[in-house]
Amino acid sequence: MSTLAVAEDVIAKYEPVIGLEVHVQLGTKTKIFCGCVTSFGAEPNTNVCPVCLGLPGALPVLNRQAVELAISAALALHCRVNPFSRFARKNYFYPDLPKGYQISQYDQPLAEHGWLNINIDGIAKRIGVTRVHMEDDAGKSIHDGFRDSDVYTYVDLNRSGAPLIEIVSEPDIRSAGEAYAYLTEMKQVMQYISVSDCDMEKGQLRCDANVSVRPRGREELGTKAEVKNVNSFRFVKQAIEYEIRRQVELIESGGTVAQESRLYNVETGQTVSMRSKEQAHDYRYFPEPDLVPLQVSEHWLHEVKSRLPELPADRRERFATDYGLREYDAQVLSLTRETGDYFETAAKVSGDGRATGNWVTGDLMGLLKAAGKEIAESPISAQRLGELVALISKGEISGKLAKEILAKMFESGEAASAIIDREGLKQISDSGALEKIIDEVLAANPKQVEQYRSGKTAVAGFLVGQAMKASRGQANPAAVNELLKAKLG
Amino acid sequence: MKLTEEEVRYVAGLANLRLTEEEVHRMSQDLGHILTHIEQLNELDTSAVPPMAQVLFDADETATLREDRPRASLSNNEALANAPVSGAGYYKVPKVIER
Repeated sequence: MSTLAVAEDVIAKYEPVIGLEVHVQLGTKTKIFCGCVTSFGAEPNTNVCPVCLGLPGALPVLNRQAVELAISAALALHCRVNPFSRFARKNYFYPDLPKGYQISQYDQPLAEHGWLNINIDGIAKRIGVTRVHMEDDAGKSIHDGFRDSDVYTYVDLNRSGAPLIEIVSEPDIRSAGEAYAYLTEMKQVMQYISVSDCDMEKGQLRCDANVSVRPRGREELGTKAEVKNVNSFRFVKQAIEYEIRRQVELIESGGTVAQESRLYNVETGQTVSMRSKEQAHDYRYFPEPDLVPLQVSEHWLHEVKSRLPELPADRRERFATDYGLREYDAQVLSLTRETGDYFETAAKVSGDGRATGNWVTGDLMGLLKAAGKEIAESPISAQRLGELVALISKGEISGKLAKEILAKMFESGEAASAIIDREGLKQISDSGALEKIIDEVLAANPKQVEQYRSGKTAVAGFLVGQAMKASRGQANPAAVNELLKAKLG
Repeated sequence: MKLTEEEVRYVAGLANLRLTEEEVHRMSQDLGHILTHIEQLNELDTSAVPPMAQVLFDADETATLREDRPRASLSNNEALANAPVSGAGYYKVPKVIER
């Protein structure tokens, strides 16, 4: 991917220092300062009004739900929410910014001093969150694809005024891998607490990376370059990897890193300078005169806090302790809120967390994947999966039979008991019925019986198998085993 | 307070304004006079007065928030009515040239 040839041992002499700025679109129905809907994919310039078009005289009014979601995000990131914050104008010119300024927060942001734990090879690392602030989004410029794209840029302002939070991390990240883990965790947290769907294709989560390198052991930070607007986690990782190499090579060859914005080119795998924008970096922030300061009372803060669901990291830990799940399973089962809820409901019904976990991560997820369905769309309810697992635990059906029943439940959505009753699939534990089957098996396999009696007891496995087959999988394997041994004496 | 011509050129650049040399000269004088005039406020001791950039009111919670309820937007025709150039539902602007 990268075309730079810097030896690994040279790279290793440097320590990368990375900070991330993540923009998350808040999942409100309407925009941050006006009543236009935020829905994606509408006809261009149809979800617009005087406020988000920046028409003269139009006044912004802050969306309460946007504030609540921003507070939720801040709390989930363990931030201190400021009782008093304010909006400020960030002034710059661009065609997709009709007001001529972005309404953001500057010296008094909504929340500060938080953190997010990431997991690197099983070891937790805490990444500081400097601040979370609210702002409005710009519109969309389309530079290509129209017959007169050589002359015109097309502008769609549907996205103008969409509610965003910007989450700024401390420069605590030390590798592209850590950056990837941070973003993955961030996305999971935001989805869990229903702050955002974080659909990257819809631009609901965007990321800028500040990257610098310094010789290992040195305190002083190197000059940073900002890699802008990379639209997938994989590309962020690649862009950071490239950027680290580029800076090391530059320094090693006697050059200096320029403080600048750079764009990642997906095709070449390189970052390129956006030097042209540099001199316009004086945003002349000043308090937004059209809005009153944002005040969050103790009462309101508590209300939002009380509605916050369990966070993924907490849930992971609880699943491991409460249900005796292996760490990997606990992670898979808490990956989304829906999966976690499903597992927990099923585990409570079955009374066997570990077995339930195995059925969810194994067979059920396999069936869902094959059918292209999400767990929320599962034809088997959590309640019914729990019932099935309970039947196995009680020894009423074998695990093998349960697999068949599960597949049938997936098809019809019926309860396990309904399928068992209809198809007469109940496990045969009754010794009279089992004896009859075993007698037949023994009569049909005199050679194996002979071997067993002459000391080759391993052949018992084959005979149990034959008995299971004769019972169409319905015999209780433990009971068969016992009876068989008694008969062969 | 004096405003240098260099400062005027810088601010004009940020505001996307192109000024002639004569205008730069005049603006530095005009703006200088305005700043001198405003500077008179410095005679007052405001060290104990909190700055008021926005309207404040006596409550512990912002009282002017909007519920998250959709309102009718403009039609595409209305939205584009004042655009000098438009097409296919979009505003069309001269190809963006980075300065």
